[in-house]
Order: sequence, then structure tokens, then C-alpha cells
Amino acid sequence: MKRNSVLLDPTSERASAKRPRLARVSTLDGLTVGLLDISKARGDVFLDRIEERFKEQGVTVKRFAKPTFTRVAPLDLRKLIATQCHVIIEALAD
Amino acid sequence: MSVASTELMIFGKRDCPTCILIVPVLRQLASEGVQFTFYTQDDPAFPEDVPGVVDDTELEQSFRFAIEAVPTMIKVEQGREVGRAVGWKRSEWRLLSGVSDLAPELPEYRPGCGAKNVEPGLAEELAVRFGNVAFGSRSIDLTAHEDDSEACFDRGWTDGLPVVPPTPARVLRMLQGTTRKPGDVVAVVPPDLVECTVEKIAVNAVMAGCRPEYLPVVIAAVEAACMDEFCMHGLLATTWFAGPVVIVNGPIRRQIGMNSGINALGQGNRANATIGRALQLVIRNVGGGKPGGVDRATLGNPGKYTFCFAEDEEGSPWESLAKERGTDEGKSTVTLFAGDGVQGVFDQLSRTPESLSKTFAACLRSVAHPKIAMASDAVLVVSPEHGRVFHEAGWTKERLKQELMMLMLYPGKEMVRGAGGIAEGLPEHFADATIPKFRPGGLHIVHAGGKAGLFSAIIGGWLATGAMGSSAVTREIGT
Repeated sequence: MKRNSVLLDPTSERASAKRPRLARVSTLDGLTVGLLDISKARGDVFLDRIEERFKEQGVTVKRFAKPTFTRVAPLDLRKLIATQCHVIIEALAD
Repeated sequence: MSVASTELMIFGKRDCPTCILIVPVLRQLASEGVQFTFYTQDDPAFPEDVPGVVDDTELEQSFRFAIEAVPTMIKVEQGREVGRAVGWKRSEWRLLSGVSDLAPELPEYRPGCGAKNVEPGLAEELAVRFGNVAFGSRSIDLTAHEDDSEACFDRGWTDGLPVVPPTPARVLRMLQGTTRKPGDVVAVVPPDLVECTVEKIAVNAVMAGCRPEYLPVVIAAVEAACMDEFCMHGLLATTWFAGPVVIVNGPIRRQIGMNSGINALGQGNRANATIGRALQLVIRNVGGGKPGGVDRATLGNPGKYTFCFAEDEEGSPWESLAKERGTDEGKSTVTLFAGDGVQGVFDQLSRTPESLSKTFAACLRSVAHPKIAMASDAVLVVSPEHGRVFHEAGWTKERLKQELMMLMLYPGKEMVRGAGGIAEGLPEHFADATIPKFRPGGLHIVHAGGKAGLFSAIIGGWLATGAMGSSAVTREIGT
């Protein structure tokens, strides 16, 4: 079993040691929103409703689905989402 | 007399013939009622049939007692060491144990083996674990399943290539490469103007892949980069290609195995590659200068990963760059130049300095633009086969520089905007002037390269020189 390891911070330490999250977008105007179904039960119902609401607001939506919720998304799917969407919403639980 | 206050400690390991030799000694000590603790360094089951064996495979006690060789016997009284026998020395073991007829059948003396705690690479690990080593840098804890190399990418610490994860032991090892204290402030690093300590440089030098003996060179390079004349902030921020080019002179080149020969400006030599990279990582991580942030380069150049080489002083027809810049003989220096990539100079036919210098002048004219003058400095890297032409004709470096300056005087009317059908050029009021390509002192000449090839190289400079931009700076390398 590998031990927990420690690295020494090479930076000026002006930022938090925790990795920052990507900044949230302030508006969806002109952006494409991906809706990712992880293939858990009823995730599609939730995403259908989200899609409906976005379309009412004129937001561009693209749908994606993982083959199975038990594994991480395949690389090709991740690449597809990264190149086609600005924002992603995932339906996580059932 | 308090028996309990006296303690006998013996350190050993199975992988040591002398330790195996003295196992009967331990049994004799036990049979005579001598209390002792045997700290085993490699095998908790060693030695068999001996009381008082303690597992020290983590090497904590070995580290604390600074064991250098095994077996070692230490006598402690009232918590203080009063005697130590290193290796098997019968007379000393008899004295320390108080058993006067100890092991008469053994030879008087057998040297021991190196202790496990002083094996290469282990000393720093143990110092970090048991030695209360304090670092100024923040610790970043990774989970057991986090890949340490990926963690460095994820945190934005790399230049795009993998780095060596800066563990405390590696940083401690790196710091042994300098006599300077870890907390010493070396420079204030742009663009964020952060005080940079020796330790922060060591952390970044570890990541760049440096060996500890390169650290003084990296420290000098950081000092030089942060000198006001070098203008590192502007160099970083410019849309132009340039970045710091590190040229090393003096005895340290050979001591740390730098390359000044074949492929001197290319890949493959650890010192060349990692010293230049460490400087860039300091600018990135400590200074906060990142591409797309303060670094606004339109195209950049591959030398911004690393661009560092040594001058071939031994094979040079001329005095070194360092000597020319006022450095005493025997000293080592870094000279930093705000340079672009490498532009090749081809001339396989010139056998006279007059002809070859004309080739150099023609090629140097194209630095930045043939119709732009006194805007960029340049470094001309003269190879051995080209250098020989000047050497055989007795041309000094100063002579070559003067000839090049004369050859690169251009009529203003060829240089002004619109001349030759090219909109770019100097302002119209230069039309009647004679224009030198480089400002005085703006052309540097160094010697490097493999012995075969009638080629030299031009490293063009940033389009902002002197007081309005960057000047080459030289800094002595300390210890």
C-alpha cells in the first residue's frame, strides 16, 4: 500500500493550497450546455425537464450519455463534450 | 551505582559478515547476564536466539544515534553516550560491556559494513521523517491514490512537461548543493514581485530535474534574471518571442558536466536542460508568470522551456564571454540574454575572415527584420570550424566585432519605410543617415559547438534593448 505523500509548494503561496474549481459562468447567453446522463435510473427524466426549461430560455443544449454509471466516461465522450460544450450538467443520482 | 541507568546498545544487520561473526558474542553477553538491546536494521528475525532484539528496520534509532557502520556498540549512562565501538574491536567491546574474557576465539579486529541508514538516498528521507527538518514552504498533502506527477500538472506547476515531484527529501537533498541558508531571499521575482528564497528555488530545481550541484548556477541565474537591467517582467510580458538564454562560463561548466560541444544548443545534457528549465519554473511558479497571463507571447519559442548552454572556452580562439565582461580568471558566471530561438548561419566555402565576416553580417542583418536597426541585440555563436578561420588569420574577437559593425552600416534610404517596396522600416527622417544594425555593445560573440560543421548560429534578441528594455547581465556563481 502506497503511503500518503507530501510535496512542498513551489509557488508564492498566494493562492489556496486546494485546487480551485473552475469559475462558474455568470450567464448562459451564447453558450452551449451539455446534459450528461450517466445512465442511472430516471436521470433522463430529470435531464428532459432541464432541457425543456433551457429551450424555453433559448439556450443551446446538447445531450450526452455515459454507457454505464459504473465507470468513468470514455475518453472519446469526454473529448466530445469538451469540444462541443461550454458548460456541463450531470444527472448524478437516481 | 545504578545498574538501570546504564544501557548497552548494539546496531547490526544480517547483510553484514561482521555482524554475523559477532552473533556468538551476543549470546555470550546474554549468558553472562549483560543487559543489551540489539537494533536490527534489515531483518527483524536477526540475530536468532538472542534476547533484546528490537526491530529498527524503519531506522529511527539508527538515525538518531548517527550509526555509520555496523556492528556498532554504544554505552549510555544517565542518558548520555559514554563510549562507542565501531566494527568488531574485541578490546573495546570488552571495555564497554565489562566482560573481560569476551570472545577469545574471535580475531581482535574486523571492520564493519556501512550502516543502512547512511545508504545513498536514505539519509534525507530519514532526516525528513525523524530529524525535525523545518521547511518554509507549505506542505501539499496528497492522498495515497493520487499520482504525484499528475498532481503537479493538476496544480499548474509545470511547463507542460512532467516534473519531478518536489518531496521534502528531494528538496533537502537539493539544498545540500549550496552553502546558502534555505531562508535567504535571493531575489524579488516578477511579475508578482515575490521574495524568492533559496528553498523555493530548490523546490523548483527539483521539479526541473536538477542535481544538487547545479543549484548554485540556478540561484545565480535567478539573481541575474531579476536584476533591473535584465527587465524580466517586460521580457515575460512581451508579445515577442524572447525568453532568458543562460550562458555559463568558468570551471563549474566542467564540474557539473555541461555541454558546450556537439549539439550545445540542443537537447540531451542534463545540466544544460534542467538549469534553464529551473529558471523558467521559478518565473512561472514563484513569480506567477504564465503564458496567457502576464506572458503574452504571440508565438513564443521552444527555448522558453529551457535555453542554457556552456561556452567552449578551451577550444575558443578568443577570450571567454565572462572575461570580456570583466570576470576574474577562475570564477564561474552566468550571463543572461533576452533571446529568441536559433537562426542557422551556413557558410562552407569561406576560408578567409573577410569572407566569413561578410556572411555573418549578411545573416545578422535579418535579425527581427533586415530594415530594422538598433532595436534588437544578438548573440553570435561561432562554431569550431568557423572559429578556426579567424584563429588562423589572427583575428581577435574585438577585431571581428569591429569588422561586423562596419559591414552592418546601412544607408538610411534602404532602411526607411517603403524602401524596397516594404512598408516596414525606420521612420523617414533616417533616410539621409548611416544606420548601424546593432547598438554599440549590442552584439555578443561566444564559442560553442561540435568540431564538424561549417555553421554558426545567431540568437536574435528582444526588440527592446538597453534602458528601454533588456541588456545582457552577468552574475558570478557562488557556492
